[in-house]
Amino acid sequence: MAFLKRSPWILHYDASSCNGCDIEVLACLTPLYDVERFGIINTGNPKHADILMITGGINELNRAVVRNLYEQMPEPKVVVAIGACAATGGIFRECYNITGGIDKVIPVDVYVPGCAARPEQIIDGVVTALGILEEKRTKMRGNAQTKEEARHAAGEST
Amino acid sequence: MPKRIVVPFGPQHPVLPEPIHLDLVLEDEKVVDVVPSIGYIHRGLEQLVQKREFTEYVYVAERICGICSFMHAVGYCQGIEHIMGLEVPDRARYLRTIWSECSRLHSHLLWLGLFADGMGFENLFMRSWQLRESVLDVLEDTTGGRVIQGTCKVGGVRRDIGQEKLDEMHHTLDPFEEQCRDLGDIFLNDDTVKYRLKGLGVISKDEAYALGATGPTTRGSGVAMDHRETGYAAYGDIGFKPVVETAGDCYARCAVRVKEVYASIDQIRRAIDQIPEGPLDVKVKGTPDGEYFSRVEQPRGEVVHYLRGDGTKHLARARIRTPTLANIPMLVKMLPGVQLADVPVVVLSIDPCISCTER
Repeated sequence: MAFLKRSPWILHYDASSCNGCDIEVLACLTPLYDVERFGIINTGNPKHADILMITGGINELNRAVVRNLYEQMPEPKVVVAIGACAATGGIFRECYNITGGIDKVIPVDVYVPGCAARPEQIIDGVVTALGILEEKRTKMRGNAQTKEEARHAAGEST
Repeated sequence: MPKRIVVPFGPQHPVLPEPIHLDLVLEDEKVVDVVPSIGYIHRGLEQLVQKREFTEYVYVAERICGICSFMHAVGYCQGIEHIMGLEVPDRARYLRTIWSECSRLHSHLLWLGLFADGMGFENLFMRSWQLRESVLDVLEDTTGGRVIQGTCKVGGVRRDIGQEKLDEMHHTLDPFEEQCRDLGDIFLNDDTVKYRLKGLGVISKDEAYALGATGPTTRGSGVAMDHRETGYAAYGDIGFKPVVETAGDCYARCAVRVKEVYASIDQIRRAIDQIPEGPLDVKVKGTPDGEYFSRVEQPRGEVVHYLRGDGTKHLARARIRTPTLANIPMLVKMLPGVQLADVPVVVLSIDPCISCTER
């Protein structure tokens, strides 16, 4: 991807991580990495967000919270699971309160490896997510167009 | 009497990267009661001791919290070493101190940034985190990890810092301290910061003591209690004096942390000056049989690792009391009387680490 077409906004949620990945997500937004210069902003409101970044695995209490956040986000949306815990449960997978990775509850588009994931890897994950977001947008637009054409054709025939 | 309403704060909230849920009972804009509820990050790490060998559990202990991870490892290792009667070599004790203080530096700078963000002081937030990156560079250079170090093990440490690197660290401490003092100067003397923080969320010395709170949160109220005074690792050799403020408000708690940044730099300098040559670890033979309360001072306060071994390679029980859990009762006492708009600042002033709290 040579340049960013849009300014994607990020919603970050800590499912049950150890904080390691969370502070690395924040480190991406602050000087040295500073993705805000590309217009990537960390928002607190799910209705404003394009990309959902989740760290940590799913436990009994946060299952509903994660699903709720995901459902509140408008389409098209992309989910990035950050760190080993978000992918599989990681080092905590044998804990009695951990169900597993984020994909047990919501569909995940990009998995970022690492424990803790490095800021470079997280930024790489976001850039991959942007490509997927663009694909989803085109697909949505295509679907809308097909529907419009179909309606038009139906209107002409009657 | 005005009508009371309940406003939920969290679990997903823009101010905190971590989920904590508070039910705030309000009369107009004023908080009159607070009901905290936790459990959003509970994993059940204590039970993992029965599935991991006691030497492997260090990795899990490090991941109790990603911010003070090194100190958790030190606390756990010191407990096992005490039960098994292992004598840790001097150089390892000094290296543990250096890495612990580096962790404290990065944790306090992280908190100062988040606190500035909570106040709406974006510029200060970015400056704090910029300084924090230079600490992380040192950690990455010496341990290989930015936030999870993995260098502490039962019986010593896994890696050495070469003399050349130690000299370089010593050399960079002066300009780093100067930058920290510039930053601290804003936190301590800026009018907007003072206006926002002074007299907010006041807790008296007696209250802080009675509530059993710990760390900079109590030291801001004048309780001179810091576990580093007992001289674990190399603190006994290099000397230590706790930083204490007496006002008990958010400004005092912030001032304690700013001054602890300066103190940590001083500790690292002294540790580098005095570090002896020698081996890095001792051989671990046998299995732990017995119990011990291991206590370590983290950036947020005192953490207690209770460990009990029954002579097998798996511990029978581990119990971890983390500082934020001890500080939540204090938070519940601080919030009534505060305006709703000040709630994020007051919550941040105890430096909540929910990942530690819920384990």
